[in-house]
Amino acid sequence: MQMESSSASSRVESFPIGLRVLVVDDDLTWLKILEKMLRKCSYDVTTCCKARAALDLLRERKDRFDIVISDVNMPDMDGFKLLEHVGLEMDLPVIMMSVDGETSRVMKGVQHGACDYLLKPIRMKELRNIWQHVYRKRIHEVKDMEFHDINDDINILRSGFENFDDRLFMTTSEMISLRKRKDMDTRDFSDQDLYDSATVKKARVVWSVELHQKFVNAVDQIGFDKVGPKKILDLMNVPGLTRENIASHLQKYRMYLCRIQKQHEARDFTGNKQPDHSPEDHSVSLGIRNPRTSHQNSGGHKSQNIQGLEMIDDFQESELNKQDFLPVKDKKEDIHSRKANNSPQLHLEAMLPHSDHKQVYPSISKQKGWHESVLLRQFMQYPKHDHEPFSLLEDHSHPTQTQEPLLSISSNEKEGTKFDIKPSVANHKDRHTKIISTAAYEDDSVSTQVEHVNSKVFGATYEHNKLVGSKEQHYDQSRVHDLIPPSIYLNTKNEVDLIALPEDLNLPYLQGIGCVENVGYNGMELHHYNSCASLAELQNNWYDEIELNCEYWYDPLEYPFLDECLFA
Amino acid sequence: MDYSDLRRQAAYMKKSLFDQGYLDEQFYQLEDLQDDVSPNFVEEVVTLFFKDSSRLLSNIEQALEKNSPDFQKLDSLTHQFKGSTSSIGALKVKHECTLLREYCNKENLDGCFRTFQKVKREHAILRQKLEAYFQLLRQIGPAEGASRPVI
Repeated sequence: MQMESSSASSRVESFPIGLRVLVVDDDLTWLKILEKMLRKCSYDVTTCCKARAALDLLRERKDRFDIVISDVNMPDMDGFKLLEHVGLEMDLPVIMMSVDGETSRVMKGVQHGACDYLLKPIRMKELRNIWQHVYRKRIHEVKDMEFHDINDDINILRSGFENFDDRLFMTTSEMISLRKRKDMDTRDFSDQDLYDSATVKKARVVWSVELHQKFVNAVDQIGFDKVGPKKILDLMNVPGLTRENIASHLQKYRMYLCRIQKQHEARDFTGNKQPDHSPEDHSVSLGIRNPRTSHQNSGGHKSQNIQGLEMIDDFQESELNKQDFLPVKDKKEDIHSRKANNSPQLHLEAMLPHSDHKQVYPSISKQKGWHESVLLRQFMQYPKHDHEPFSLLEDHSHPTQTQEPLLSISSNEKEGTKFDIKPSVANHKDRHTKIISTAAYEDDSVSTQVEHVNSKVFGATYEHNKLVGSKEQHYDQSRVHDLIPPSIYLNTKNEVDLIALPEDLNLPYLQGIGCVENVGYNGMELHHYNSCASLAELQNNWYDEIELNCEYWYDPLEYPFLDECLFA
Repeated sequence: MDYSDLRRQAAYMKKSLFDQGYLDEQFYQLEDLQDDVSPNFVEEVVTLFFKDSSRLLSNIEQALEKNSPDFQKLDSLTHQFKGSTSSIGALKVKHECTLLREYCNKENLDGCFRTFQKVKREHAILRQKLEAYFQLLRQIGPAEGASRPVI
């Protein structure tokens, strides 16, 4: 019945092919059908017709399976019971199935922790998609890990990246693969272990079914809204249990409930719903663009979040930035040359998922609101030939060595809101800013400049440090048709490289501030996703918009100032 | 020549099984799963179903024949059986199972008895029909018949 599981690495590469599925059903006919269906999905299937045997199998080697599919009604053990055990002991995603679609039954399954509830007859297309539960779970694990043990994870991921020099095209799934690879490396990996190392390293609490039940009862009694670790602890009254234990479990429980609740909208994630967004970030990001643009480098990571990767913001700049700098597939050579610190190049960042992502998150285009505004951006870097070129990759892989951010950007919105981006705005913002600064500060003569283009808003003022400026074009997605808002992050190595663009490039804003000669506009690549307008259209609209805004933009008072900051 | 006749006959049999409501879409699903690795997949599944479901039927029968039947147990067994019928798309049997469960919930023993007889009958009829169908397919030859034409 059981296929020899393919080697760990090949399994990682080919996810979800080879997904290890344990099917538990007392109905032999269904077992046979499900096995066949799952095989056809290229999954690694193990079948079991007894719930108890399945549980033993799982206990024996809990890292042997990625996901469990179990029938609800089984004579030797209630499927819900099995579900509970698996959920608590192995923390594996469990899909329940039944011929019975009664709401109360489905609800019970969900309450007991089922990640999905399939109705018989089960169709192959439903099974083909089950890998998403594994994927989702791993995302959450990464998040948990980050939350609990950021440094550890950074190291893991970093070393992962070192091993992956050739794998420049980083997708979220690859992030997960990395995660998985780590799992493979540590062989004995299990979620339990994960939590052991990740959570409080003090006395470990085994959350047995009974203990968990007590916990749930306590939560119910207190009321979910008012619940707090202390209250639960008092109510449960279990000796040896600490407030920390409860807090940790409560967090997990909340996340779990949240996950269940959002399961169906999981693919429509928007950053707003993310628990780890600071409130300031919300207000800031919604109305005012600058903070977003100031995040530029970490924007990639943000958009990843939005897609559902949900990585904790405060985590691994390095990795994410690497990810940011891993552009379009066919730019591989470009990347290599960049890595070799070669001549001036154009660096592009595709904030948005490449085609792969598209498949993974087909609903990505449904994202609304401001998130889209940073979905696409470009990154240009123009290192001077005779300089020791600075390597962004390197910079970002050693965030600890980065200088303190000096960049301060402020702009006046039409509304008159003055908004300053300072390293202190918010914790993770701070980091983002830092990243930019890192890139910018590497060389004394780097110039950056932040500009803010909103269809209505104008008159940005630029505060800059003598060493640094950043230039960013930013569009308000919601206001500029249906376009992907392009934002350009222009990072010039040296003022010597700052030469006005030829007129025919039709880049008024660039002309105004000076730009790099040897990078024609054609050299820039726009990477945008399928749903958006054609490139040409995009550009047209883009520049139209800019031209409309020119008058505001080149405020005579502002202009010299711009010059000054760029060419000083 | 002879084969094409048989094939037509098999196709007709299958069609009437659908038309008369014995089978549902699930049967097509099984046919779709049939491939080179398991060229007789549908027949294997159907055979397995009848073997296993006979056991389940006798479980129900035993539960019914007790002096004071445990309706909950009866319901659970019927549910189990119903789940099994869904595997090959035995529509009529499944429908009778649904009725039987309703009587279980109402604790209507008479209704349970009557419906159980219907379940058994439909089960037997389907078995007979499918056996005939697969016999025909075997005459046609391997790798023929059971699968839907590749589109």
